[in-house]
Amino acid sequence: MAVGGEVKAAPLEFRGVTKRYPGAAAPALEDLSFTVPAGEVCVLVGPSGCGKTTAMRLVNRMIDLTSGDILIDGASILGRNESDLRREIGYVIQQVGLFPHLNINHNITMVPRLLGWDRKRLADRAAELLELIGLPEEMGKRYPSQLSGGQRQRVGVARALAADPPLMLMDEPFGAIDPINRERLQNEFLRLQRELRKTIVFVTHDIDEAIKMGDRIAIMREGGELVQYDTPARILAHPADDFVAQFVGADRGLKRLALTTLREVPLERTGDLALSKPAGGEATVSIDDTLRDALSVMMTDSVRPMLVLDHDKPAGYVTIELINKVLRDGAEDSKRPTAAASS
Amino acid sequence: MTGLFLAGGGGGGPVIPNFGGGTSKCVIDNGRFCWDWFTQNWSGTFEPALIQHIELTVIAVGIGFAISFLLAIAAHRARWLAPPVTFLGSLLYTIPSLAFFEIMVSITGINWFTVEIALVSYTLLILFTNTLAGLSGVSSEVLDAAHGMGMKPAQVLWKVELPLALPTIIAGLRVAVVTVVSLATVAAYIVPAGLGKPIFDAIGSGLFNTKFIAAGVLCVALALVGDGLFAGLQRVLTPWAAARRGAA
Repeated sequence: MAVGGEVKAAPLEFRGVTKRYPGAAAPALEDLSFTVPAGEVCVLVGPSGCGKTTAMRLVNRMIDLTSGDILIDGASILGRNESDLRREIGYVIQQVGLFPHLNINHNITMVPRLLGWDRKRLADRAAELLELIGLPEEMGKRYPSQLSGGQRQRVGVARALAADPPLMLMDEPFGAIDPINRERLQNEFLRLQRELRKTIVFVTHDIDEAIKMGDRIAIMREGGELVQYDTPARILAHPADDFVAQFVGADRGLKRLALTTLREVPLERTGDLALSKPAGGEATVSIDDTLRDALSVMMTDSVRPMLVLDHDKPAGYVTIELINKVLRDGAEDSKRPTAAASS
Repeated sequence: MTGLFLAGGGGGGPVIPNFGGGTSKCVIDNGRFCWDWFTQNWSGTFEPALIQHIELTVIAVGIGFAISFLLAIAAHRARWLAPPVTFLGSLLYTIPSLAFFEIMVSITGINWFTVEIALVSYTLLILFTNTLAGLSGVSSEVLDAAHGMGMKPAQVLWKVELPLALPTIIAGLRVAVVTVVSLATVAAYIVPAGLGKPIFDAIGSGLFNTKFIAAGVLCVALALVGDGLFAGLQRVLTPWAAARRGAA
């Protein structure tokens, strides 16, 4: 990957952060403390009014905090010049907010322009970023109004990445996109993040998106209270209280299964289930599918146990008992593979 | 067709001035439009009048825009400024032009300065309102993105708000130019300058058709050209607006 060069990411720490609006009886955020390790995606999730967007906007001082401190790479944001601070932090919002009067190349290189890069470097960076988000180079000459919603959102991400910031803030970045394109954008983003390894604060109200995108999830409740901060797997396995249990949904078992691929579990290959060629017509799953996919196929086609294939070669069998076992005791270490690689 | 109802000093009939050149039958009969007389008098009458008219207009719109622009930027920052400025602009705009010129003469005397003050006054409302509307019309998410990526307030104004306000600002300039070109003819009532002068002369001399029509047509043409110039300017300066229309 040409973009980014060496990995550049900064840890982020909220230290007893409180935000109180003048005249408001209750604080918008109350004594918020958590740390996002460098290179991880922290999703702030909760119902509307829980202060998740406020918390995010405190980081680049779009809103000023009342007390406490926020540290990026160990340094407080409080003494910093606002504009300088913001130029070091990628910023993506739901409505994208591209500049309609500037073409795509100009849009995505805006922060480098503010930083005073020369023409050659700007042009190279624009081409690099378009390639990164999978848009053809000639799109750079177009105006935002000539792009589709999904393309605009990609450009919004590219613009935030332009100056290679160690930290990115993303406020419901895929919230305004239709479900099919949203999933595509989420997958693209996860692929990008595996290569770029930025520290990211990602705000959403959608718990499924939080589970999918987050290395860690901060679940917040009305009144700006942080209820639980943990990995998706551990939150699904051990919700801190009824609020979290209700928020993650009654199907949290299924959601956990969706976090684990068959490659990560010990498949059955002994006894009656010794490996054999798949019988013609019998349903099978790929070893890169999740346990949830496997369960779904088993239920639909009444095949149990079911053969798992690794590039068309039999790799073992998945059984209901195996799935039960994962749900029972897998919570401690069934972190997502992408997250595990960073620690 | 004769313009007898507006009798000049000659006692009933149209008074046809003879500016040296040969007086054609068309002129003597006060025909609808005497091309020969027009071409003979182009450089002596119409060309200087047209140039003066352009000067009157350019100065009025230029100064009016400078004042309105600064006021609009101030009101964009300090919202409370907008209502009083709009009220003052409306007040000036509603004063009948002839009365306005007369009032100004009593204050500043009979000169170009008086004329320009009145003309400038008529541009303020439209230019201020449109500039402010253009600046306020920039969507909040664009501003959020601009601030969020670390633009300073002045950069947001010059790189984002003003470029996006250009179509609305130029729309205001187009209206202002047409208004001033039209009103500047009335200014000849005070100062004998611009295309208003041949129009008043023609009326005063029992409505000499050729002079009246020539000056009137030049005036309309000037307004259209001024409007067209700004329309062209907008096309050049805001290619993105055309792209947006194409996409919509």
